[in-house]
Amino acid sequence: MPISAAELKKEHFAKYPPEARQLAMRYVSLLSELPLSFLPLLLREIIQYDWKFPIERRDLDRQLSYLASQTADVRRRTLASFGELQLSPALTRMDWVSAPVRFSEELTAYLWKSRQIDSFRAAAVTYVRNLDAAARAEPLPMRRLGIVLVGKGVTDNKYSLFRKLRPRGVYFTQVDPQNGVQIVLDTVTQRAGAHRASFAHWYIDGGPPETIPSVELSRVSYHSLEPVRTALLDRVRKIAQTHSMGPEGVVTTLAQMQPEELGLSGDSVLNRFQVDLLTQGSGTQVFSTTFVQWAAREALRRAQPLTLLARFAPRQRERPMNELLAGTFPSELDPQGALVDADMGGYYTWLNQQRLSDAEKSSFLIWFEGHREAVAIGPSLEPGTESTERLSLAQILKKIA
Amino acid sequence: MISAARAKTSSAALSLNRRHFLRAATGIGLGGSLFSFSPAPALALPGARKAVVVTFGGGARDDETFAPDGQENIPHLLNDLIPRATFFSQVVNRGILGHYVATASLATGAYETFNNFAAAPPDNPTVFEYFRRELKRPASDAWVVAPSNGFARIGESGHRSYGPGKGATVVLPKRLLTAALGSGGTRDYEHLLLDSYESPVYSQTLAGDVEGLHRLAEILKLSVQDFTRLAKSLNSPDELSVFVARQLMRRLAPSLLWITLHDMDIAHSGAFSLYVEGIRRSDQLCAEIWKMIQSEPEYAGKTTLLILPDFGRDSDAEAGGNGFQHHRTGDASSRTTWMMALGPGIRENVIVDRPVESIDLVPTLGSLLGFSPRLSKGKPLTEIL
Repeated sequence: MPISAAELKKEHFAKYPPEARQLAMRYVSLLSELPLSFLPLLLREIIQYDWKFPIERRDLDRQLSYLASQTADVRRRTLASFGELQLSPALTRMDWVSAPVRFSEELTAYLWKSRQIDSFRAAAVTYVRNLDAAARAEPLPMRRLGIVLVGKGVTDNKYSLFRKLRPRGVYFTQVDPQNGVQIVLDTVTQRAGAHRASFAHWYIDGGPPETIPSVELSRVSYHSLEPVRTALLDRVRKIAQTHSMGPEGVVTTLAQMQPEELGLSGDSVLNRFQVDLLTQGSGTQVFSTTFVQWAAREALRRAQPLTLLARFAPRQRERPMNELLAGTFPSELDPQGALVDADMGGYYTWLNQQRLSDAEKSSFLIWFEGHREAVAIGPSLEPGTESTERLSLAQILKKIA
Repeated sequence: MISAARAKTSSAALSLNRRHFLRAATGIGLGGSLFSFSPAPALALPGARKAVVVTFGGGARDDETFAPDGQENIPHLLNDLIPRATFFSQVVNRGILGHYVATASLATGAYETFNNFAAAPPDNPTVFEYFRRELKRPASDAWVVAPSNGFARIGESGHRSYGPGKGATVVLPKRLLTAALGSGGTRDYEHLLLDSYESPVYSQTLAGDVEGLHRLAEILKLSVQDFTRLAKSLNSPDELSVFVARQLMRRLAPSLLWITLHDMDIAHSGAFSLYVEGIRRSDQLCAEIWKMIQSEPEYAGKTTLLILPDFGRDSDAEAGGNGFQHHRTGDASSRTTWMMALGPGIRENVIVDRPVESIDLVPTLGSLLGFSPRLSKGKPLTEIL
């Protein structure tokens, strides 16, 4: 039975996961006053509360308390642009309380169709800006550091690397590659040990992961997820063979898959994150380079880590999507193509890091693994300069970490 | 933090950047806008009687094309075509940014609103229907060569005054190749059978069109064996499309030919190198199509070539997107693209900066070829008429 926002009651959240249910029930009075073009989008976040990272929980708590702290009049003004959007009768009839994700997809399609997507986008930008302005900035316990390794497996290269990042920092052309990977891993380990916190330090690898001492480090690897990817692609194949639903239906079905269905056990928050990477990212199932770039983006956006190491590895060569999904022929690798992908992926990782707090104090290193080229970016380095000094990675990291 | 102001690149700013980049790369447009030119003698030439439209069903951004780092990917557009073209630097698409529905909008001159992934005909009459009805042209005079199964119904609309049998014949080369290969192995042709990239987690199995294959083989005077043999020598689905287009031009010489290229849309898989390869291939194929037009007697000297992406891709600065990979944000970069027109009567080496819309294509074709697309919402581009 469809309900309006004003009719919301605590019992409507009975099927929410435990912590999400508690949160929704605590704010039911606030939620019942929000416009329907906005409320399900907030519920979409709340329903996932149990699997959110600590910083995401903090931000959602802040958002709810920000809205709750406003008088009804102020809140109406804050959300006026959302309230002006026209929804279709079909949308208002949906079960947006129990299925806010599905509602969001339908809403997006409708906004495009009714040519209201630009108004919605403008409303969202303004809302987030106001929300950010209201939040009190907290100092970070350590300077944020992003490290990206590209070009694993490439011996000769003619592609001009780091063109987008060179203007942002120092382009080193005589890096000593000796023990480079180990130096990077030691740096990450040392930082994870120096400030222990859940999901504050990440290691993402497009190939088999390196062995790292047991520290508080969130580890994700394309290689380790192979059984999960196989199970997922098997599911996609079966759905495709039945022709029972279109692409949007498939995406929705995949988004509802549980980590356990794909054979994952252990940390439920990290497991959910990994499943999301594979079910919500395009190309993450078939190209390791896409997987690493998207995983780094999502880790930065959602967990806002203090340390992120993203290491790209050769991806499989392009084949028809049907075959990539089916895995019917043995994989042939394309290290050179992967290097070009990773060069862009590294730039995107830096961009995403710059979207986080204290960006002006953060540091970044991208290194052509096993070779002499790197770019380092940090507050103490002169942007757009080049260094021919022969330095180890440890020396460069010391300049920026 | 990246400022919101920096993230808000407007369509006009993108247009000015394109002008600036083109000046730097080719010297084009140094005289300013079109209106600073004196009337060109070419205006006196009779109007073109044929038109070839090339769309990219997978936009390319300035970053990978007209910007300094991107120019290496489009040498043919920059050096061979733009100096001979009138170039519209600010073409805005205000519709839904999905490739099938957007290409359908280009073909109807009205923003279509159907589900991008549905096998639906456009609601509004297509350019092919206007063209055939008003000029009393036979079915053989309007063709579409399209990239994937999803485009099968783009040739004719669901409009009650037009519809089945009144539009263009749509060739889906990949479907034909699948039919030609039958139950035999596709290993040698796998690179040509890529279908939609827009939703990579989902890929329909390509259905072969055996009847269509034999009908086309007969029309093109090309045996199925020759078709598969020639296809084997090609590198991509877009090359296959251009190969089929060439056969159509030689055998039937349609007056209205629409080719949609799609290779660059592999960007949706997130592999930047493959996206750039797609752009380079499209660049080369556009030059080949122009050469085909110049070398085929039925086309030379009487054909207008129009090239335009259906829309762009998301900007790197847009936090809600993932840069080149998609076109989901609706930002200026994803909505703003360009168009070039070449042919008799069209001024060369000219940039038009004023904003136009992608739905202006159909009324422009109407003015060029002599029909009136009465339900189109666009306006004719007077600069090339």
